[in-house]
Amino acid sequence: MVQLLFTILTDGLIYGSYLFIVAVGMTVIFGVQRVLNVTHGSFYAFGAYLAAYLGGIWYDHELPDFGGFVIIFLAAIVVGVFFGILIERGLLKHLYGKDEHIVVLATFAAFLALEGVGLFIWGTDPYFFYQPQAMLGFVEILGMTYDYYNLSLIVLALIISLAIWYFLSRTIWGRLLRAVIFDREISQAMGVNVTAVFLGTFILGTTLGALSGAAIAPTISVLPGIGVEVIVLAFAVVVIGGMGSIPGALIGSILVGVVRAAAVHEFPQAEMFVIYAIMAIVLVFRPEGLFAPPAVRKI
Amino acid sequence: MKHRALRLAAVGVAAVLTTFGVAVGNAVAKDKMVIAVPTFLTGGGAPAFGIPARNGTELIIQAINKGQVPAPYNTKGIAGAQVEAIIYDESGGGAKQVTEYRNKVQKLGVDMFAGFVSSGTCAAVTAVAEELKTLTLYSTCGTPRVFEELDKNPKYVFRTMSHATADGVSLAHYVASKYGSANGYTGINQNYAWGQDSWRDFDLAMKVLAPKIKGSTKGQWPKIFAGRYGAEISALLKSPEDLVHTSFWGGDLEAFIFQGLARGLFKKKQFLMSVAGTAAYRLGKKLPTGIVLGSRGPYGIYANQLIDTPMVKWFNNAYVNRYGTQPTQPSYQYAQAILGAKFAYEKAAAANGGKWPSTDQVIAALEGATFQGVATEVRMARSNGHQGVTDHAWGVASFDKELGLPVVSDVMHFKGDCIMPPDGMDSVTWLKGGMKGAKCD
Repeated sequence: MVQLLFTILTDGLIYGSYLFIVAVGMTVIFGVQRVLNVTHGSFYAFGAYLAAYLGGIWYDHELPDFGGFVIIFLAAIVVGVFFGILIERGLLKHLYGKDEHIVVLATFAAFLALEGVGLFIWGTDPYFFYQPQAMLGFVEILGMTYDYYNLSLIVLALIISLAIWYFLSRTIWGRLLRAVIFDREISQAMGVNVTAVFLGTFILGTTLGALSGAAIAPTISVLPGIGVEVIVLAFAVVVIGGMGSIPGALIGSILVGVVRAAAVHEFPQAEMFVIYAIMAIVLVFRPEGLFAPPAVRKI
Repeated sequence: MKHRALRLAAVGVAAVLTTFGVAVGNAVAKDKMVIAVPTFLTGGGAPAFGIPARNGTELIIQAINKGQVPAPYNTKGIAGAQVEAIIYDESGGGAKQVTEYRNKVQKLGVDMFAGFVSSGTCAAVTAVAEELKTLTLYSTCGTPRVFEELDKNPKYVFRTMSHATADGVSLAHYVASKYGSANGYTGINQNYAWGQDSWRDFDLAMKVLAPKIKGSTKGQWPKIFAGRYGAEISALLKSPEDLVHTSFWGGDLEAFIFQGLARGLFKKKQFLMSVAGTAAYRLGKKLPTGIVLGSRGPYGIYANQLIDTPMVKWFNNAYVNRYGTQPTQPSYQYAQAILGAKFAYEKAAAANGGKWPSTDQVIAALEGATFQGVATEVRMARSNGHQGVTDHAWGVASFDKELGLPVVSDVMHFKGDCIMPPDGMDSVTWLKGGMKGAKCD
């Protein structure tokens, strides 16, 4: 029984960490810009592809193993900065103030276009980048084997959440960001450069999206369509936690991860059902999500 | 001005169609025949199935047109007509594929279809094929439902290989023979028709062939394209059963293998992977040693390594020279369907005094016939002569350092009549009834 509970908790934390890393970028962007960014799936995919591509070259040349970890962060930054500027300046800045549905459709269109671009650049062959996962090995805890790489995702999720907390509550930029979240127009009137805040936020969200793909790449086969599945899961987590709430994304991810792990161990047929069941229950009893404050309706 | 614009548009459209090699409604001039070939060119199914299938199709059609295929197919073209293939994307789901099918028939006037990877697509287009009276050869899709439920009296639809029940039954034979002392089996399969049918057939066959090896009721059912299997791997590691059945394919299979390798899963459990042949060459050294590997017949790794006929040698050499990699099961299966078309049209043309045959004559020629595929003989011996019966092979995978390739050993071959239900009987009834009528001698 103890082993079962431990296994469910560990599996749930690993999966929850994965979900949080994927969803946090989307949450940050929605929290500040009120943009439900469907292109997040593309950033995940491009992060994974660039990491796997560079990693393939790196390991083909038999360079030091640790380089794979540097590549993960490098790929995330390159993809995040490039696509952050491209999508925010090239698309979103023309849509601020427009109906949110139009913005969602525009990002969906961009997502489809980027799927095609990805196919054009990387082709249909899968890319493998398993070395970082393989080199770390595994450990046996309470009779269950876990690999260090997946356990390290828990640490990565923790670092990201702490870094975002520190950024928002302890830095000038974070305070400016919170001011913009609270009231965009007043912030602008007080001299806050909202355009720069939006661009910076979007680059941050994009980089987090790309980091999630790059960090997951060593555990998967990187191939066309990987961004599609991710966007659905990320959306579910964001809805459960509360649109734009980072603590909500964290708690929502862990909740989904642990409940899903319990289902896998005890009721395997229900493993996907439970994720969307949680989402439906939350929407029924708390439509704004677990942690988002109820929105004030302006009349 | 308006007419000029229309003319320009017409010229533009014609130029595009010509550029991309699309036939514009010329189904009667038989210096050329047009075959529509659906396969996954985008999405998760492309690397494992779609691209090898496309490559196999391109290779066999170009060779047919030049008369380079070994005997008995060493004449140019199909019944004298040069063959043009419209290879198009099978992605997008059943509704989209029904529209694509109609477009290819009604707008482009194709002569026939050969291909289809997905059981879902086959299920969706079967009724349309019969409605539009268009010859359609399913090359790969596995669901037995096509002729057992959806099209019990087929006329225009054929399938040129055994259906998925043969995979489960032949694997159960292999397990009964090689792992008779195993304490049980569990499974991890994608939670959709292919995964569920694969498990059901294997499970039912095991109950008949190895009743002492008990099946688990706690098999894993992750969503297709889930990509992350940490909890499932934990559940498998703590399950008491020795054997694990999986019909995972494509990116799901590769991701599962990477994640399982990192946790020592394949050293603790004996895996039975029914379509691992699609990933074997891509994974290379990362293919877990000792897994039981399937290729849905004697295709791919089995043909490349073990079949020594002039046809297989030619196909393998031509494929490797052209694409720089070994052909896998979809390459063989698609080429097999195209050869089935060549066989049927030429047999019908011969019976028609050398003239181009009607579709009805081609159907009559193929119904119940036996023709040689690339790697195996195909007998159209089920479902009124529309369902192919082909042999199967199973073995254990490892990586040969000298060859630099994955190889199979401890291989067993199974005859089609041993692993397919008899004519007129549906798979589940046959399996539940103890597989009576199977000819395994």
